[in-house]
Amino acid sequence: MSDQNMKIKLRVWRQKGPTYPGKLETYELDNVNEHMSFLEMIDVLNEKLVQEGGEPVAFDHDCREGICGMCSMTIDGNPHGPNKGTTACQLHMRNYKDGDTITVEPFRATAFPVIKDIMVDRSAFDRIQQVGGFISVSTGNAPDAHAVPVSKEKADLAFDAATCIGCGACVAACKNASAMLFVAAKVSQYELLPQGQPEKEDRVLNMVAKMDEEGFGSCSNTGACSASCPKEISLENIARMNRAYSRASFKKR
Amino acid sequence: MSRLVTYLFSSVGQKKLMALSGLGWGLFALSHMAGNLLVFVGSETYNKYGHAIVSNPAIYVAEAGLVLLLLTHVFYGIRVSIQASKARSQGYVVKKSGDKEATLSSRTMKYTGIAVLGFIILHLWSFKYGAYYEVSYDGVVVRDLFRLMLEKFESPIYTWGYVAAVILIGFHLSHGVYSALQSLGINHPRYTPIIEKISVLYGILIAVGFASQPIYVHFVF
Repeated sequence: MSDQNMKIKLRVWRQKGPTYPGKLETYELDNVNEHMSFLEMIDVLNEKLVQEGGEPVAFDHDCREGICGMCSMTIDGNPHGPNKGTTACQLHMRNYKDGDTITVEPFRATAFPVIKDIMVDRSAFDRIQQVGGFISVSTGNAPDAHAVPVSKEKADLAFDAATCIGCGACVAACKNASAMLFVAAKVSQYELLPQGQPEKEDRVLNMVAKMDEEGFGSCSNTGACSASCPKEISLENIARMNRAYSRASFKKR
Repeated sequence: MSRLVTYLFSSVGQKKLMALSGLGWGLFALSHMAGNLLVFVGSETYNKYGHAIVSNPAIYVAEAGLVLLLLTHVFYGIRVSIQASKARSQGYVVKKSGDKEATLSSRTMKYTGIAVLGFIILHLWSFKYGAYYEVSYDGVVVRDLFRLMLEKFESPIYTWGYVAAVILIGFHLSHGVYSALQSLGINHPRYTPIIEKISVLYGILIAVGFASQPIYVHFVF
């Protein structure tokens, strides 16, 4: 392993709390290893800050293996950094070179208020999920797996939609701060399956209403959401939700 | 009734109306452009075509429809912009770049839209409500729009301004057609890549078709 140490200049958004004004602070790191993930680099920065008696940078992270959807930062204007189909924790410093300057900002949306520094409150997504992002299952024995037939194609599409980790990069990427891709993925995963049929009209009506109420913007089909999505959720899901919403609006009694 | 109101003001319902009103004007642009191409046939055909349109009583219904569609499109366009600025009260310091950036046409719909609206108003003022010349063919007196058009496109500023405006219309449509179909729920892995290409080609067709008239009149006629 070649352990090239790089000098990196970091410009990090520092904000004490939701009601404080924030600003970019510049930090210099001269021992960044190319094998580090982006989050590990921030760990190193934080260690340095603590040793110097400063306040560490608050940022969200959990699994650090690209599946939990917890990390949420905008790196040089791109949610989760420049690479497609990855989360910030899976972005490695080998993508940068010695002497680079990197700007780190929070996901910016009014519906995602900053808690501190680059950590934002994404509970608006939870509230959208709570009004319909589920199916109701009676208690009792689990039915046989083959009792409800599902075509392979539908199962795959539903699974693709279900890979959404709810990180919020779609909102961060959208010029309108729209949550359409997230909601579309959550609607689609059930819309495609027989198990989702009994509640499908209420689901899409309630989830869209909640999305609008939470103050997300509107969709103008730029596709920045899908391009920034670590799970590369397709815009096809938004079209499916558009159809489902219209159908439910006119059909539901 | 309240269900309909909810639908029309929901984020999904509003993009359906944005799509339908936009498609309406996109189709109108095609028919208008095709009519303009009569400049290559001759002044009589050009003027008679114009006369046939305005002398048909259905013109009032068509005009009212176009105005309604335009107002709908502008209303929702403004609403989307207001919602967008509210939804991101604090903007990014660094802008997106690279693979995650959206196309230029999709990001600039607001600006091309405002420019196109300005052009439509100016265009109505200079042609529909412009100087009224008359010419008579076989005893039938019709408006000599051809003469007015020749006068307008004598000016290089007017000519190039017109060309720039129709390029913006084409640019707006190159995202608009695809976007409208996506909003209406038409997305399929087999057809969407084709729709995206057709959308760009449609924009080019409209821009080139409209631009051919002023360029022909200014330089050749």
